[in-house]
Amino acid sequence: MTQNQGLHSTEPPIMTAGTMPRPKKPEEPAVRRRRAGRFGQLARRFAGNKPALAGGVLLFVILVVTMGAPLFAPYTPEQINIADRLSGPTPAHWLGTDALGRDTLSRLLFGGQVSLAASALSVAIATLIGLPLGILAGYVGRGPDWLLNRASDILMTFPALVLTIAIIAVVGPGLTTAMISLGIVYSARLFRVIRSATLVVRQEVYIEASISIGTPGRTILLRRILPNVLPPLLIQISFLLASALLAEVTISLLGLGALPPTASWGSMLGQAFAEIRGTPSLAVFPGIAIALATLSFNLVGDGLRDSFGRATRKAEG
Amino acid sequence: MLRLLGARLLTMVPLLLVVSFLIYGLIALVPGGPETALAGSNPTPEKLAMVREQLGLNEPFLVQYWNWFSAAVQGDLGKSFVNGQSVWSAIAGGFPVTLSLVILTLLIAAVLGLGLGLAAALRPGSWIDRTATVIASLFMSLPYFWVGMMLVLVFAIDLRVLPAIGYVPFAQSPTDWFLHLITPAFALAIVPVAVVARQTRAAVTGVMTEDYVRTAEAKGLRPVRLVGKHVLKNAAVPVVTAFGVEANRLIGATVVMEQLFALPGVGKLTYFSVFSRDFPMVQGILLITAILIMFVNLAVDLSYGYFNPKIKAT
Repeated sequence: MTQNQGLHSTEPPIMTAGTMPRPKKPEEPAVRRRRAGRFGQLARRFAGNKPALAGGVLLFVILVVTMGAPLFAPYTPEQINIADRLSGPTPAHWLGTDALGRDTLSRLLFGGQVSLAASALSVAIATLIGLPLGILAGYVGRGPDWLLNRASDILMTFPALVLTIAIIAVVGPGLTTAMISLGIVYSARLFRVIRSATLVVRQEVYIEASISIGTPGRTILLRRILPNVLPPLLIQISFLLASALLAEVTISLLGLGALPPTASWGSMLGQAFAEIRGTPSLAVFPGIAIALATLSFNLVGDGLRDSFGRATRKAEG
Repeated sequence: MLRLLGARLLTMVPLLLVVSFLIYGLIALVPGGPETALAGSNPTPEKLAMVREQLGLNEPFLVQYWNWFSAAVQGDLGKSFVNGQSVWSAIAGGFPVTLSLVILTLLIAAVLGLGLGLAAALRPGSWIDRTATVIASLFMSLPYFWVGMMLVLVFAIDLRVLPAIGYVPFAQSPTDWFLHLITPAFALAIVPVAVVARQTRAAVTGVMTEDYVRTAEAKGLRPVRLVGKHVLKNAAVPVVTAFGVEANRLIGATVVMEQLFALPGVGKLTYFSVFSRDFPMVQGILLITAILIMFVNLAVDLSYGYFNPKIKAT
């Protein structure tokens, strides 16, 4: 039930904020139960999808070990040990050490906090901006659509990475600045996807029918349009979480994001490039960590997509 | 179609004005002003004032912008802060390298991405679908520059069958040109292949459930014709959108790839300019990039009307 409210967190206040006082109070629980049923169905489909479940478990494990890094890491991330520098995997250092003898496993765990938080920050900013504006533009059309399209055109005329590092050239290096500007740039991508999905849904007969029987605009937006743009939204969020993680890695790798001695997966890879011939393990493990994290985002996104998907629903009859 | 093209080209003019204004304005936000980048590490106020005068920074901001923009329209993007080279010729010099890399990458993405996505969507739930989905998810998840490094480790350092880094112009030796670009292009194509495959699968799966596909099947249309004429055309809009987005993203990714593989393109120039605070160069690169991407977006938008006449281009 609580999860259900989380999923539909935008709905309850708007439903009760109607101008007409709702005469039949007892109707409310019935409506909620129906939605709980829909969520339950979704959860069952998701759990029945093995790759999705594996992705969910993987994501959970990654979040637990990185957020619990102080508990799990054998060393602190900045502990220098020149005697053991550039070692491959050994019993003392499971994943080896870097050029200063710092433990790669510990730096991976602590660096994961930095990288994942940075990724989540920029995607959250992108969703908060892109989703409402995309539905608005696609549904209302006319003036707002024109204006929002021009604004997104302006943002989309720059590759996210190029614009972000140009901003860094001006305001100076730093991960938070980089991720906030990245989120704003990504919101244009999300806006486009949501807008075109809304355009397609809008032309469906059931929307026309809803309008003709006098369904209020906000009900159409929240109950007809929003559920139908959720699948592309989720696919896009899964892309964006992966892209944002990659962007953090890229920016830190170029020496413009997380600054030394802070460990992030990107800054670790950046330092590893110099040693790639002698100690390839230094480059291999951060890459695997990044790949596993993005893989888990993608598997969860895929699973949600299939659980929502019209094709799946039809196939199940 | 021609009227639409003309209208869109006309709307690009004010867009270009706004974008170029933002690009120029970005530099005005530099703490201390852009003259700090030229005046050395311990500038005297006199030195700073002299540089300001030289750069024309004492003019009103709008006048500065107009001087920069009107010169840019005539092909003069100013001179580099670092070595005095013309910004335009520096960008033009790197452009063929970056273009080669991007085109090769998009070709790989089109062949592999469309193939995987279509194969998966036509047999939903089959082993082909599951394999393609797993491959797409794996490709999505691999950091492209890391893939580039691993490819260098395997093919250049261990097997010694491909050159590690560097660039040879096409005119000098097409074979060497290809051999030097194939590793970075394949690494760059990893994510576009996955994105195009996923979008193709999602779009084609959706179209396959439509009534008109069932009707076409029922009246005995051959599968090749069904897919070619009805399914692909109706599924094209999100796929083409994905290509546009990926082309845009690729230009950003070339910054890292060219740095890593020592390719003397616009990406490497961008990185160097950002690090050396070469603001005229950064402005010039942003402006050229913006214009290129406007044309990519225009092409994508025009294709919507062709693939799905129901969507009226705005």
